[in-house]
Amino acid sequence: MNILFDERLDGTLPAIDKDALVAHMTAHLPGMTLLHREEDLRPFECDGLSAYRVLPMLVALPDTLEQVEALLGICHAQGVPVVTRGAGTGLSGGALPLERGVLLVMSRFSRILDVDPDARTARVQPGVRNLAISEAAAPHGLYYAPDPSSQIACSIGGNVAENAGGVHCLKYGLTVHNVLAVNILTIEGEHITLGSEALDTPGFDLLALFTGSEGMLGVITEITVKLLPQPESAKVLMASFDDVEKAGKAVGDIIAAGIIPGGLEMMDKLAIQAAEDFVKAGYPVEAEAILLCELDGVEADVHDDCDTVRGVLEAVGATDIRLARDDAERATFWAGRKNAFPAVGRMSPDYYCMDGTIPRRELPRVLKGIADLSATHGLSVANVFHAGDGNMHPLILFDANAPGELALAEEVGGKILELCVEVGGSITGEHGVGREKINQMCAQFNADEITIFHAVKAAFDPHGLLNPGKNIPTLARCAEFGAMHVHHGNLPHPELPRF
Amino acid sequence: MMHPQDQHPPQDARTLPARDHDASEALLEGVRQAAATGTALRLVGGGSKGFYGRPVVGETLSLAEHTGIVNYDPVELVVTVRAGTRLADLQAALAQEGQQLAFEPPHFGENATVGGTVACGLSGPRRPWAGSVRDFVLGTRMITHDGKRLHFGGEVMKNVAGYDLSRLMVGAQGTLGVIDEVSFKVLPRPAASATLRLEMSRDTAMARLAEWGREPLPITGAAHDGEALHIRLEGGASSVSNTQTRLGGEPDDADFWQRLRELELAFFSRRHDERPLWRLSLPHRAPPLALDGDTLVDWAGAQRWLRSELPAGTIRQHAAQAGGHATLVDRNQAHGVDAPFTPLSVVMDKYHRQLKAKLDPRGIFNPGRLYEGL
Repeated sequence: MNILFDERLDGTLPAIDKDALVAHMTAHLPGMTLLHREEDLRPFECDGLSAYRVLPMLVALPDTLEQVEALLGICHAQGVPVVTRGAGTGLSGGALPLERGVLLVMSRFSRILDVDPDARTARVQPGVRNLAISEAAAPHGLYYAPDPSSQIACSIGGNVAENAGGVHCLKYGLTVHNVLAVNILTIEGEHITLGSEALDTPGFDLLALFTGSEGMLGVITEITVKLLPQPESAKVLMASFDDVEKAGKAVGDIIAAGIIPGGLEMMDKLAIQAAEDFVKAGYPVEAEAILLCELDGVEADVHDDCDTVRGVLEAVGATDIRLARDDAERATFWAGRKNAFPAVGRMSPDYYCMDGTIPRRELPRVLKGIADLSATHGLSVANVFHAGDGNMHPLILFDANAPGELALAEEVGGKILELCVEVGGSITGEHGVGREKINQMCAQFNADEITIFHAVKAAFDPHGLLNPGKNIPTLARCAEFGAMHVHHGNLPHPELPRF
Repeated sequence: MMHPQDQHPPQDARTLPARDHDASEALLEGVRQAAATGTALRLVGGGSKGFYGRPVVGETLSLAEHTGIVNYDPVELVVTVRAGTRLADLQAALAQEGQQLAFEPPHFGENATVGGTVACGLSGPRRPWAGSVRDFVLGTRMITHDGKRLHFGGEVMKNVAGYDLSRLMVGAQGTLGVIDEVSFKVLPRPAASATLRLEMSRDTAMARLAEWGREPLPITGAAHDGEALHIRLEGGASSVSNTQTRLGGEPDDADFWQRLRELELAFFSRRHDERPLWRLSLPHRAPPLALDGDTLVDWAGAQRWLRSELPAGTIRQHAAQAGGHATLVDRNQAHGVDAPFTPLSVVMDKYHRQLKAKLDPRGIFNPGRLYEGL
C-alpha cells in the first residue's frame, strides 16, 4: 500500500527549478533560515507518522510574520506548494513534506503573547507547546483544557490544524470548543482574524471550518484560547470486570445516571497485561476489562458523584472497585493507561494504531468484530478506548519481517475502520486524516461529499497550493486503505505518552 | 430558592410527540427544480425568526412538514432530528429522559424549529459556560445546490474526518444549503439549580464576575438588569447549595432566565419604547460603552442589549472599538433596516463570497439573507 503522493492519483505537482527558487528566496528573504541541502532537510522528512518519509525540497524556518507573508507571496506567485508544520508530532502525516514543495516550519513562533486572568484567555503564537499554555496559566488557577497525549511537545498551531482531542473531550470538548480566535495568513498573503474574544462574529463560522482543516485553507499565525478554572477536586475510580460487555454497559449506565466524567477510559485484557507488565500500575491482570473513571469539579459534587458511580459499577457487576487514595495513586492509575501504546509496543515487533470512533452502544458488536478479524487473520489486537466519547484505539500486533504480515495488518486495520463507519462512526476521532487515512476517507464519504470538500478548499486556495494531497482524497484515489505503522516499537518521540 | 428544574420548554396544547414525517424527497425535488430554473428559494421553518436577517425574495421552501426525531439514544448523549421538528417538541422529548440542549436556544415563538435554531445560531443565557449551538452540533444532512442530500459530521462525539461543514451551517442562515437533519450532543439536566438576585451596581457586578470566573463555581447564568445582578447556579445539590450560601443575595424566580432568553423581560417589552433594540456581542470584560440608551447585560458581560436611537454606524463603531460587533434585532420589523448585521471587512467579504459561489453557485439559497449579494 502506498499513501505517498502519487501524481497519477493525487494531481500533478509543478515542476520547480530548485536552485532558482533558493536564489530568489535568499535574495528576497536574506534574514530567514532556509534549508536546502539534503543533510539539513533530513530531520524534517516525516512527522509523528514516521513510517512515511519524504525529503522536502526546501525547509523555511521564519522568525517573523513578515517573512511568512513574503514566503507565501513568492510561493503563490510561482505556484510552489507549501506544507505547514508545527512540532511535527502529528500521528496522521498531516505535515508529511512534498519533494516538490516548501516545508514551512512555524516552530520559532513560540512566544506566549499574553495571559489575561480576568478575561480567562491566552494569546499565543502557533509554535507554543500545548502544555506551556497551562503552565503559564497555572499561577492564576487556570488551565487550557484539551490535552492530547503529546501535550508536552505538540504545538497549539498543530492542535488547531488537527482539532486535537485528549482524554477529557466528553466533558471539556475538543480544540474547536476551546479556541476563541485564530489569525490566519491566506495563501495570497492576506491577514484575517477568525473568531474573536467576543463569543460570536458576524458572517459564517469560519473559525469552526478552519479548525481541523489540516493546514489546507490558510496558515495559522496567532491563536487566542479560552482558559478554565482548575477543578477544585479530581478523583479516579478503577473498576475491574470479568466481561468486556459489562464494562461497556457500565459506561452507558454512568452516563445514564446523569454524570459526565472528566475522563472515562477502558482497556481490554491484552492492553491491561501489557500496561501492567510495563509500568506496574497495580492493574488486575486477570480482568477481562478495566474502566478508569475520573470525576472532577467542585469538591462536594465530586464526592457525591463518586458514590453514585460506585453504586453503578457495583450494580453492573464489577469484580473490584478501587478509589485512588491520593494524587500519587491517581497518577499511578493513569500511568498504565497513558503508557498503553509503548507497553503494547514491547509485546510485538510492530503494531498499527487505529483511531476510529463509534456510537458507544455498538461497542460489543465492534469488539466482537475485531476479535473475529483477529482470529481469522491470526493477529492479536489490544484495545484501548476513550470509552466516554466512543473513540477507540485498537492496536494491531504484527511482525513486519514475517512475510505477508504487514499486508495482513493493513487489511485488518482497514476492515476495523470500515466497521466503525458501518456502525455509524468515523475513521478518525482525534488524530486527523492527514496522509495516513487519505484512502479511508473514501469509505466514510461518497463522491458528492468529497466534491463539496474540494469546493470548500477552492474557495480559500483556488490553486491548491496549501498542503496538497492531505485530508481530502481525489476521487481517483478512492481505492485503498491505510493506518499507522510502528516498526519495532520505534515511535517517533518515544518519550511521549500515546493514548 | 432551590428547585430541581427551571427551564421547561414553552408548553402549549400539543403534548404529542413530534410527528414523524420524512419530507426529504419533496425538499430535494424543490431544490432540483429551483436549481434547474435558477429560482431563488426562501427557506422557512416555523417562521419564528423571520425578523432576524434581511428579507429574502424567492419561492418559499417550507421545512415545517419535515419533522420527527430520527434517532435518540439518551445513553449516547446524541439526538438526530429532522429540521422542521418544533424545538419545543425536541426539548420535551429530551426532558422526558432528563436531558437538554445545553445551549438553551431562544424560541421566539411556539413554532420555532430545530433547523431555524441551527441556521440562526442563537444561544441562550448559559452560552458562556456551556457553549453555543455550533459547539453542540455533531453532524448534519444538508441538501446542496445541485439537489443532493449529503451527510457531514455524524452521531459521534469525536470526528475529525474532512472539513467541518456541519458547524459551518450554524449561523449561515440557510445561505449555503438546506439543513435537512441535525445531530446534537445533548447533556443531562443539572441535578440542582438556584437563581439569586444580588442588588449591586453594574460596575460592582462586573468586578465580582471577573473574580468568580477564575474559580470553579457552578455559575451558568449572569445578567445585570440595571439594578441587580441575577445569578444562576447549576450542578450537584451540594455545590449549588454551598455556592448559594457563599454568594448571598435573595432567592429569585427561575423564570427570569426564560424571559431573558425569549426577550420578554420588561426591558424588552416596555410599551411606547420605540427605540431600536441592539444586540452587542463584546469581550465580557469590555468596559461599558459610551452610548446613549438603556443597557441590559447578559452572558456575564459578553452580550449586552441596548435600546438606543443612535445611528447604526455610531453603535457599530463603539462595538468594534471594544472588540465586538452589533446586530439590530428588530422583532417587530418596525425599523426597515437593510443591514441588521455588522458589515464584513473587505477580505472577509471576499472569502464569504468565494465560499458562497462554490457551495451555491446559482445563488438559489436565501440570497441576501445575511448580506446583500451573499
